[in-house]
Amino acid sequence: MLSYLLKRLLMMIPLLFGITIITFVVIHLAPGEPVEMQVAMNPKVSAQARQRMREFYGLDKPLHVQYVTWVARMAKLDFGRSFAPDNRPVTDKIKERIPVTLSLNIIALILEFGLAIPIGILAAVHRDTLLDKGITIFVFLGFAVPTFWLALLLMYLFGVKLSWLPISGLHSLGSEGFSPFRWLWDMAKHLILPISVAAFGSLAGLSRYMRSNMLDVIRQDYIITARAKGLSERTVIYRHALRNALLPVITLLGFSLPGLIGGSVIFETIFAIPGMGQLFYMGVMARDYPLVMGILVIGAFLTLVGNLLADISYALADPRIRHGQR
Amino acid sequence: MRLTSTYFYEVFWKRFRRNRFAVAGGVVVLLLFVLSLLAPYITPFDPDAIDAYNVLLPPSSAHWFGTDELGRDVFTRVIFGAKISLKVGFVAVGIAVLIGTVIGLVSGFYGGWIDDVFMRFVDIMLCFPTFFLILAVIAMLEPSIWYIMIIIGLTGWMGVARLVRAEVLSIRELDYVMAARALGASDLRIIFRHILPNAMSPVLVSATLGVAGAILTESALSFLGIGVQPPTPSWGNILTSGKDYIEFAWWLSLFPGLAILVTVLSYNLLGEGIRDTLDPRLGR
Repeated sequence: MLSYLLKRLLMMIPLLFGITIITFVVIHLAPGEPVEMQVAMNPKVSAQARQRMREFYGLDKPLHVQYVTWVARMAKLDFGRSFAPDNRPVTDKIKERIPVTLSLNIIALILEFGLAIPIGILAAVHRDTLLDKGITIFVFLGFAVPTFWLALLLMYLFGVKLSWLPISGLHSLGSEGFSPFRWLWDMAKHLILPISVAAFGSLAGLSRYMRSNMLDVIRQDYIITARAKGLSERTVIYRHALRNALLPVITLLGFSLPGLIGGSVIFETIFAIPGMGQLFYMGVMARDYPLVMGILVIGAFLTLVGNLLADISYALADPRIRHGQR
Repeated sequence: MRLTSTYFYEVFWKRFRRNRFAVAGGVVVLLLFVLSLLAPYITPFDPDAIDAYNVLLPPSSAHWFGTDELGRDVFTRVIFGAKISLKVGFVAVGIAVLIGTVIGLVSGFYGGWIDDVFMRFVDIMLCFPTFFLILAVIAMLEPSIWYIMIIIGLTGWMGVARLVRAEVLSIRELDYVMAARALGASDLRIIFRHILPNAMSPVLVSATLGVAGAILTESALSFLGIGVQPPTPSWGNILTSGKDYIEFAWWLSLFPGLAILVTVLSYNLLGEGIRDTLDPRLGR
């Protein structure tokens, strides 16, 4: 197990470098210099000040030198200062946003897996019945619904028509004065819509995946043996089949991370939630290069960590991998 | 040769026809093409004609989907938007399939360090939240529908590359490839003439599903205001005004979204249908 873990960790190093190189290349291939953008918004900046800025950001140096200094600073968790008027360190800006996005996405993930796994099992166990067909239709609709449209419809229904739920932000005005319980309840109400939208995004794919895994497992010989022994259908499905059908789903946990983080741009913008997605969107619109580069790298890094966790839990769950016979 | 390929299509069609959902998906996709080509003849309105007297009208017999905040006919704009969406879907997927196929072919055929380098590159690209990457690049370029198609294509080829590579790895070992090599065929001829045609069927499936994905991405970008720019109508940017007027005009949000839903659903049904037909063991 330890050697597997070590090998897996070593594999991450070239990937990390690749991530920084692609981020760097993507940003620097863009026409125009970052400083030009900042200057364009403020015509009062003199040529001298412009030169000072270029030096400050190291833009007067050759590209490979810029890359090396950028990576070296990043290793110390220094992503530079934001180009936005507040001019704060990018690290600080991201730090205050990450908890929001991460906790939102983790709750969404739990909800998603909690719903998708039973749905997939149900569909597989009752294969080709009306129930399975109904679930299949739901799954196909789920694949096709644009999340931002779903968000709009839910906002209209629950926010505008019924006015049950707030449609933007994390807290109501004046929530600072609320009692802790009421404060939490207020936040929960704000979170219902965004989390439902985030979870719905991949619910369809996941439940479909679970269904086909389950069907694959049910066909195997050991399940026939279990049935032949006279075990009840319940025991066969939930004790014998489920464990093996769940294995591949674990890997999907890691893979669904980039989608969730990417999707957070959409629902955070729509619901005005101060998370990383919204920060990224604002950064992109203002061409705040240090911020955009920082979030790209961190987003990819989080995915890498997600994949690592998925692989480790897979190895923990599957002795065939744990003992190194792939 | 001729005989076998017509036989293949016959069997394909016979099996495909039995899948009612897939046929329905195919029909809707065809209809959408006809609709977007004939758009100017179907509706009496100009998609950009501003009409200050008929602002935000609910659906009626004159304006089937109502009018928007500038008095433009929403039905007309949705039909004209179909053209943009289909174009983006096709070009973006075309680019992705081209890149993915070439990389997959080279990677699978040559193996060794070439394969290693390409597959690590795929791994790296898959780490990025795709939507972040697309947003970052598109916002830096001037707004143009061509950039959108290219960027969606450039960030969407990795799945195809993996698929093609896996196919090539198994085809490479087949006897007929060995026979071709024994006959003195060049690498290029073996790759494109003998391996590629047999590796394409999973690509066809993923391309069909990819069109659906590209349409969704484009509509999300346009919705955020960095995709197709107004006044050119696209389903995404009609929904942007839908969001702004959500309290007064539900039709602005409902219809373009339904258009996306139906289009994406049809492509998905079609793609899954092709998959089931090509490989009946899968999907069931």
